[in-house]
Amino acid sequence: MTFWQLYRRNRSAVLGLLILLTVILMAACASLMFPEDPFRLAGKPMSVPGENGFLLGSDTLGRDVASGIAHGARTSLLIGLLATTVAVLIGAVLGGLAGYYGGWIDDILMRVTEMFQTIPSFLFAILIVAIMKPSIQSIVIAIAVVSWPAVARLVRGEFISLRNREFIQACHSVGMGDIRIMLAEILPNCLSPIIVAGSLMVATAILIESGLSFLGLGDPNIISWGFQIGAGRTVLRSAWWVCTFPGIAILLTVLAINLVGEGLNDALNPRLRERT
Amino acid sequence: MNHTAKRVRYVLKRLLQSIPVVLAILVVNFFLLHLAEGDAADVLAGEAGSATPEYMAQLRQKFGLDKPLPVQLAIYLKNVLSFDLGFSFRHDMPVATLVLDRFIPTLLLMVSTIVIAVGFGIVLGLLAASGLNTWRDNVISIFALITYATPLFWIGLMMIVVFSLKLHWFPTSGMENVAMFYEGWDRVIDIAHHLVMPTITLSLFYLALYTRLMRASMLEQAGMDYVVTARAKGLTERRIVFGHILRNALLPVVTMAGVQVGALIGGSVIVESVFAWPGLGMLAYEALFSRDLNLLLGIFLLSALLVVAINLIVDVIYSFLDPRIEVS
Repeated sequence: MTFWQLYRRNRSAVLGLLILLTVILMAACASLMFPEDPFRLAGKPMSVPGENGFLLGSDTLGRDVASGIAHGARTSLLIGLLATTVAVLIGAVLGGLAGYYGGWIDDILMRVTEMFQTIPSFLFAILIVAIMKPSIQSIVIAIAVVSWPAVARLVRGEFISLRNREFIQACHSVGMGDIRIMLAEILPNCLSPIIVAGSLMVATAILIESGLSFLGLGDPNIISWGFQIGAGRTVLRSAWWVCTFPGIAILLTVLAINLVGEGLNDALNPRLRERT
Repeated sequence: MNHTAKRVRYVLKRLLQSIPVVLAILVVNFFLLHLAEGDAADVLAGEAGSATPEYMAQLRQKFGLDKPLPVQLAIYLKNVLSFDLGFSFRHDMPVATLVLDRFIPTLLLMVSTIVIAVGFGIVLGLLAASGLNTWRDNVISIFALITYATPLFWIGLMMIVVFSLKLHWFPTSGMENVAMFYEGWDRVIDIAHHLVMPTITLSLFYLALYTRLMRASMLEQAGMDYVVTARAKGLTERRIVFGHILRNALLPVVTMAGVQVGALIGGSVIVESVFAWPGLGMLAYEALFSRDLNLLLGIFLLSALLVVAINLIVDVIYSFLDPRIEVS
């Protein structure tokens, strides 16, 4: 069966993909739909949704909530993807080395990984951003620093199970170098679990980013969903919509990515699904 | 007797193993403190308004900031071991005192959250697994999927809108109604009343996690050979589930409860700042706003140590629950 046929069997994953594509489309068209800066005062402050030309209302400073959501989609997706890429790279390198070489390299790297897993991750991310000053760069670094250990463990496990297989021994006997064996022979064989873990990690990264910007640690020059909710919480009593709609955007995006991740898991490891 | 000795040795061994982790956390903390722009002398000078370079140098000498880095690290370790976490200039109090004052409310919130999340998670997971692929399983799974994807602070704010502002069932913020001067049981009830919404908010995410874990764990155990044996003996399904499967399926949930404590502390920063719950998380939020890094690092250190301690306790409990674990 083709990949798509396998993926299609999981109906909720197809739904997730549709939602995710909508969010991506919204992020891509944000500048077309709302050409003005989302921080700009667009009209009467605290307008009820549907009034004064605001589809989803406006906040205390007259900023358009809908425009913020469309532009915020870019921020969330960008930070989610960047942070996950960095985390997967760090995790794959460290986990790969630990799993392939074993021995003392494995011992040291696994101790470091365990230490990073012990540290309360969200608090650690807050500290990193607070110390480095809030910016896209520091947020990406903070999320990557707290997310890589899970990838490292996964990749290490895969490398350990593959390193003594016959085809790897064959590579050794024809004199292939370690780096080439790791990159060209072992890595391609453990790509599917990495892809699945990575896709789920994008969802977690978006949640961490929204939490950070809710606490006021977002990049001050870029609108994000967490920032919108944080700015609206003081007027919760009089303007519920300022907090509500960006939250629904986060919920739908994260839910969609989780569903897609599960769908990828089922499609890439079809035997796992048949077993349960 | 021999068995007890083995167990004591196991506990001691785990205790020894956590020492390098604690040391590493201290070193990370020290370097984070140094990465931050400006040191204690800068902060003090900033508070004073202006300072001459001579005065700055004098301050640095007083705090030992003019010494080489390894010496400073040694001083820092010595200070931490004598429970001196530095001074919060904003609060004009030692960090250790501040942090300990705020520890009890956080502990209260965390314990009630763990009880609710683990308790309901086990029940929901059990219900979902025993009615596999029925409407019950589907409803529980969809509920878990949605709460797993919802940001905590947003759930908290929405709960405030619905249950505090519209229905007036629960207070919006704080831990107790100070103006009422409640004492004894009245005070306990008042605090419990304030505790309801923060606890539900914080536990929802973990509830989803434990539900999914429990369901998967039940299904995995149900396929084991001992279940076939039990069925062949003619045991009723009820006895198989409650007497055999459930006990084994609980083990991964217990482990997970330990692992998740670190995440719970992160979640409590968010929940406490939403509900103005006067714990460590709220303190961290205030420290963030006043750029009080010394205090923030103190909170971070204490939470990291808490996680190490709880993991240790969970491991020891686990070794009692599951005798198959190699203790020697």
